[in-house]
Amino acid sequence: MPDITETSLIILPASIKRPNAVSEFFVRLFREKPLGAAGAVICLLFLFAGIFADVLAPYGYNQIMPINRMKPPSWQFWFGTDNLGRDIFSRVVYGARLSVIIGLSAASLATAISIVLGIISGYLGGRFDMLVQRFVDAWMSFPELVVLIVIVAVIGPGMFPVIIILGGFLGIGGSRIIRSAVLSVREQSYIHAAQSIGAGINRILWRHVLPNVLPPVIVLFTTRVGAVILAEASLSFLGLGVPPPAPSWGGMLTGSSRNYMYLAPWMALAPGICLTLVVFSINMFGDAMRDLLDPRMRGHR
Amino acid sequence: MSKPLLQVRNLTTRFGDGLGAITAVNNISFNVDVGETLAIVGESGSGKSVTALSIMQLLPDPPGRIMAGEIVFDGTDLAKLKEEEMRTIRGNQISMIFQEPMTSLNPSLTIGLQIAEPINLHKKLPWQKAYDKAEELLNRVRMPDARSRLSAHPYQFSGGMRQRIMIAMALACQPRLIIADEPTTALDVTVQAQVLELLKELTRETGTALILITHDLGVVARYADRVCVMYGGKIIETASALDLYARPMHPYTRGLMASIPRLDEPAGRRLVPIKGQPPNLSQLPVGCSFNPRCSEVVDRCRHDTPELMKFDDKHLHACWVAPHV
Repeated sequence: MPDITETSLIILPASIKRPNAVSEFFVRLFREKPLGAAGAVICLLFLFAGIFADVLAPYGYNQIMPINRMKPPSWQFWFGTDNLGRDIFSRVVYGARLSVIIGLSAASLATAISIVLGIISGYLGGRFDMLVQRFVDAWMSFPELVVLIVIVAVIGPGMFPVIIILGGFLGIGGSRIIRSAVLSVREQSYIHAAQSIGAGINRILWRHVLPNVLPPVIVLFTTRVGAVILAEASLSFLGLGVPPPAPSWGGMLTGSSRNYMYLAPWMALAPGICLTLVVFSINMFGDAMRDLLDPRMRGHR
Repeated sequence: MSKPLLQVRNLTTRFGDGLGAITAVNNISFNVDVGETLAIVGESGSGKSVTALSIMQLLPDPPGRIMAGEIVFDGTDLAKLKEEEMRTIRGNQISMIFQEPMTSLNPSLTIGLQIAEPINLHKKLPWQKAYDKAEELLNRVRMPDARSRLSAHPYQFSGGMRQRIMIAMALACQPRLIIADEPTTALDVTVQAQVLELLKELTRETGTALILITHDLGVVARYADRVCVMYGGKIIETASALDLYARPMHPYTRGLMASIPRLDEPAGRRLVPIKGQPPNLSQLPVGCSFNPRCSEVVDRCRHDTPELMKFDDKHLHACWVAPHV
């Protein structure tokens, strides 16, 4: 029986594979989509910062230096220090690690849920689709943040619950977008052609339908990364995210930085700028990737 | 005579139910012999494509359903098979070529994958071997530079080339029957001829039977052994291709013939159209469904529905006026 694992076999044998599909992609990214390329570079920088935080950060994220409290940016403390005398640059770098982990894993979870729910519901249609969509309707009618707050309040804050909750929440809502793409794909004659060669439902769904809804999937994933990082920041801002002293960007925006807003604005400025920059550049990169990876767009450029 | 490969008996296919129900195919019967090319001709809405989808068991259900009849392929009634059993026949024993070569290839997958897929699926060959077969098939449909084309996407091909790819896909598992649903309607005339020539040649080589669905009588004359003419969901005339051209019996068939321009006639002859519109399938006229448009209509046509009657053993028609035994 064909099953989902077969999709891994889509790769061509090495002998006839185009030799440099990946490098070709990047060449075209830089040549045709400069904004997307800039987004990719910025994303990579933050990813790099997150991975090598231990090497890059000059101080520990919770290293308190009482004599250096609320120092403005200087050569010694690039982004200044906070009210406890912790180096903000180091905290932002460690915060990148947290944001990257939460952003990527919750967005992956959300996208996976959206794909499975959206493709099955859209392709099968009929009563099953009706049931799933009414469930999604009901789910989306809850105010997102309030539900998040309630759930976190019940099971307690921490990185893992935040990933599961954000992933599940955004995933169910996002299934709508995938479903609507599937609705138009399933009426195409290449899907009838796939049925006519005797392909079973698994083969049709994961090999014939999925690649044709990838453009919205890519966009969905990248916007979700941004949304998750923002949502985590909101939760931390409300004191329900990853508990201190872990250096979450959202957490750094709130608490003491609010109290010293006029005395030490750099305490909120650095994490705020990072947050904006990451979300913006991920969205740019996602848009560019969607345009470049779609073989249907290559014909008429 | 050996047994026919495919016997369709009293097939009736209906869409919807209740008052809005449409009987798209109404009690039709025909045979296809091994290696034979049967053309099904008719205008839009005459039930040609629904017949094809009924044989493949690919009707959109709901609303489409086979209400009655048998579709006996090689001794088994396809209408009674379970979906899983039918899947082992589709693409393996019977394959299909669709009308629109521009949209019936998956735009996101390489053509190598799409040709190799039925081989991998039915013959259980590993992908590497299936790709070798795909290359062979592309060579057989005269695709230049087949090996490097395997990794190309459909947008890189013209309509005629895509239809060759569809033919390669249809031939992949060496099926006993290919159903081609208006395979060349979307192509321009010179390419049409090339594609049909190729299809004919390959089916003859491999002894594959072909059901060629078309509205183009010119195509029928050149490529079919036998013809069924459909009108309003019924077969109204069937004969060998030669016989049908020499002696069209049913006024509808004769009307179709008169409406084709011919090179061997004096210039300036006016084409004779068939007046009126194709019938509305939900409100077929009483009696013969062609009677409102027929120039030879007699009283009996307005209340008595003609069934297929013999003119001779091989030539049948459903007309009260035309000569019959």
